[in-house]
Amino acid sequence: MEFLVLIQVLDSALRLAVPLLFCSLAGLFSERAGIFDIGLEGKILIAAFFAAATASVSGSVWVGLFFGISASMLFSLLHGLASITFRGNQLISGVAINFLAAGLTVLIGQSWFKLGGRTPSLSGNARFSEITLPFADNVSNVPIIGPIYSELLSGHTALAYLAILMVPISWYILFRTRFGLRLRAVGENPAAVDTAGISVIQLRYLAVIICGLLCGLAGAYLATGLAAGFVKDMSAGRGFIALAALIFAKWRPWHILSATLLFGLLEAISNRFQNIEILGIILPTQLMQALPYILTVIILAGFVGKATPPLAGGVPYIKE
Amino acid sequence: MNEKIKGGRHNSVAPSIELINISKAFGAVKANSNISMQIAQGSIHGIIGENGAGKSTLMSILYGFYKADKGDILIDGSKVNITDSKDAINAGIGMVFQHFKLVENFTVLENVILGVEGGQLLAPSISKARKDLRALAKEYELNVDPDATIDSLGVGLRQRVEILKALYRKARILILDEPTGVLTPAEADHLFRILNNLKKEGKTIVFITHKLREVMEITDTVSVMRQGEMTATVKTSETSPSSLAELMVGRKVLLRVEKQTSAPGNTTLEINNLNVIDNQGVQRLEDISLSVRAGEILGIAGVAGNGQSELLEVLGGITEASGSIKINGKEIALRGNEANGQSRRLQGIAHVPEDRQHLGLIMEFEAWENIALGYHNSEDYQQNRFLMSNAKIKTDAIRKMEQFDVRPNNVTLSTKGFSGGNQQKLVLSREIERNPDLLLVGQPTRGVDIGAIEFIHQQLIRLRDAGKAILLVSVELEEIMSLSDRIMVMFDGKIMGEKTPTETNEKELGLLMAGINGDTN
Repeated sequence: MEFLVLIQVLDSALRLAVPLLFCSLAGLFSERAGIFDIGLEGKILIAAFFAAATASVSGSVWVGLFFGISASMLFSLLHGLASITFRGNQLISGVAINFLAAGLTVLIGQSWFKLGGRTPSLSGNARFSEITLPFADNVSNVPIIGPIYSELLSGHTALAYLAILMVPISWYILFRTRFGLRLRAVGENPAAVDTAGISVIQLRYLAVIICGLLCGLAGAYLATGLAAGFVKDMSAGRGFIALAALIFAKWRPWHILSATLLFGLLEAISNRFQNIEILGIILPTQLMQALPYILTVIILAGFVGKATPPLAGGVPYIKE
Repeated sequence: MNEKIKGGRHNSVAPSIELINISKAFGAVKANSNISMQIAQGSIHGIIGENGAGKSTLMSILYGFYKADKGDILIDGSKVNITDSKDAINAGIGMVFQHFKLVENFTVLENVILGVEGGQLLAPSISKARKDLRALAKEYELNVDPDATIDSLGVGLRQRVEILKALYRKARILILDEPTGVLTPAEADHLFRILNNLKKEGKTIVFITHKLREVMEITDTVSVMRQGEMTATVKTSETSPSSLAELMVGRKVLLRVEKQTSAPGNTTLEINNLNVIDNQGVQRLEDISLSVRAGEILGIAGVAGNGQSELLEVLGGITEASGSIKINGKEIALRGNEANGQSRRLQGIAHVPEDRQHLGLIMEFEAWENIALGYHNSEDYQQNRFLMSNAKIKTDAIRKMEQFDVRPNNVTLSTKGFSGGNQQKLVLSREIERNPDLLLVGQPTRGVDIGAIEFIHQQLIRLRDAGKAILLVSVELEEIMSLSDRIMVMFDGKIMGEKTPTETNEKELGLLMAGINGDTN
């Protein structure tokens, strides 16, 4: 019985880690190219809204996914325009995007569906269905391995598997391809890239677009995979937690996987165990629910080792 | 106006580079006006000029950073249109910038292939580059560990990586912008050997510098720029340092500092067993002991980053240390609340910091505000007990700026509007005119024009002759040798030895700077 609870918590941790993973990898591409992105949160939110809204109207989750990603990419380009073309302050642009998303989703949602900013509940083809891996039902009775396979590994949505797959893909792109070399170079020293005859602007826009794509996946998963519809402010700080995971992982793909799984686990624990008794003291629910956020603060305050961001991060490139 | 070099024409091959009437203006400022020149293939051509003479603009045009307003660029006789760095690379031009354009956490190989990877995947391009680099290293004495990351390499090696980058891109023309600024004499010699090897292989080299000695040593021909114009192009063998200096500045310049032998008095500064360990646990200064007497200049020579900066910072009250420092026999605090710039000033120490734009001035402030900086509490700047008097400061600033010939003589001009030399004069006037017992000077003429260098050197000598002690830190060996009464060389946080300027030479000092102790002196 105890073992099954553990499997269930881990299963839930995996589900909750998926949006963080997408989002953290989004931040990875952007920040490795030297564009700091505090607007991850806003992009998840806008993607979640448009994914849920269009899925609800069309009845197809794939239409939802398309529009969710498009919305997020549009916001990414806005951030790119402000920070690459107009060389603005990347923090301010990011904050602006967060506010814009928070306001726009509720405003459009209310005028569209008249549900106080929510979208109608999604069901059937308007949600991502869970994929049962082959033989999952057959092996479920095998001790230990059975539950691990059928409960923990099987039964997730396509996006969840894609998220895990994105980790080795991101690693390969960043560290084994020409594009990755250039992308990392432009985040460290754009002048080196420029004098090598490569366009800094083009590279950075590409990075920002990839960031938008991945944030779109995170948002779509949130509204049409994890939940069944959009609720006001449903991103609930996940963009910032993803950012913390990115820093915790020191901008490395495999470490991002571990960091986001850790955050997912904390959230799963706080969902599962409302009150925990340790040494006779009962920890209140609120404290449990605050756990992921407390860890975020600790990480961002720099308590977890020295994290050196890409050298040229946050600095617009100006030819000398 | 140009004395044309005819060498290129005789060979019946087209010049490697030919510029015809290149002009470039930024607003009302003419950075380049009607520049024409020819550089023969397989030669080393020097371009000298003061800061702001237009050398960098011209090179930026050649490398595609700026587009010339008018004029033509011919490479090997055919006209090329260079709009970005890619065009320049394709035209066979390689550039070694003064500030290296390397990605610090990449390996040498990764830096070399960046932009010319040749395929979507890295692995094949890296193994090709490894082979090519080995060949280049053998051919030109350009040895660097291909798998070392840049941040583990010293400046000399980094520069080699830059040259390798250019050669890997099949550059036939190599432009080097102030390449020796950060090198030890031995490293500079090695660079010159590399350049001569490249020349033998038929490469054309453009060597931009403000050091006359180097121009005389390495170049075949030399062009002089002044105020955006090319004032002359001559054969190096037919000119002299003094005539080049005159062409650069437009008037006669004293290249040697005129000074009497010093008459030192009592000991002003005495340092015993000074140690500094930085917050990463690295020992920056190790058992430094030295003294400076009133009326003498002690010069500290060394390659940048060997502890000279830390020595100045400890004396200036910026960095904490252990050991003992006495000023006029009185111990000063090396730690705690008393170890700061303000108390150092009260103890008679003035500090002209190495990095004047960060530590010496607030660039956004107007000139008069910077003149008061650090001395804003002094009696003569106050109006009453509560208010300071801007009028008094401005009057004082006008006087000081006149005395130090700061141009333009405008106390309300924002500091960033002054040239490097004039910014330095602002700092010097503030520090020297307070009549300190000890003046700390770091890199007094870095980024300063020849004309201003002469003036600054004269001011330092004047202060010395007024019986003050001066501790001079400079990476320019020429400056150390001509100003100092005694020379100490620092290497790796230690003092390698002491020499008398009249009894030593650059070679001997160069060895000490590289950490090689030749004698037991």
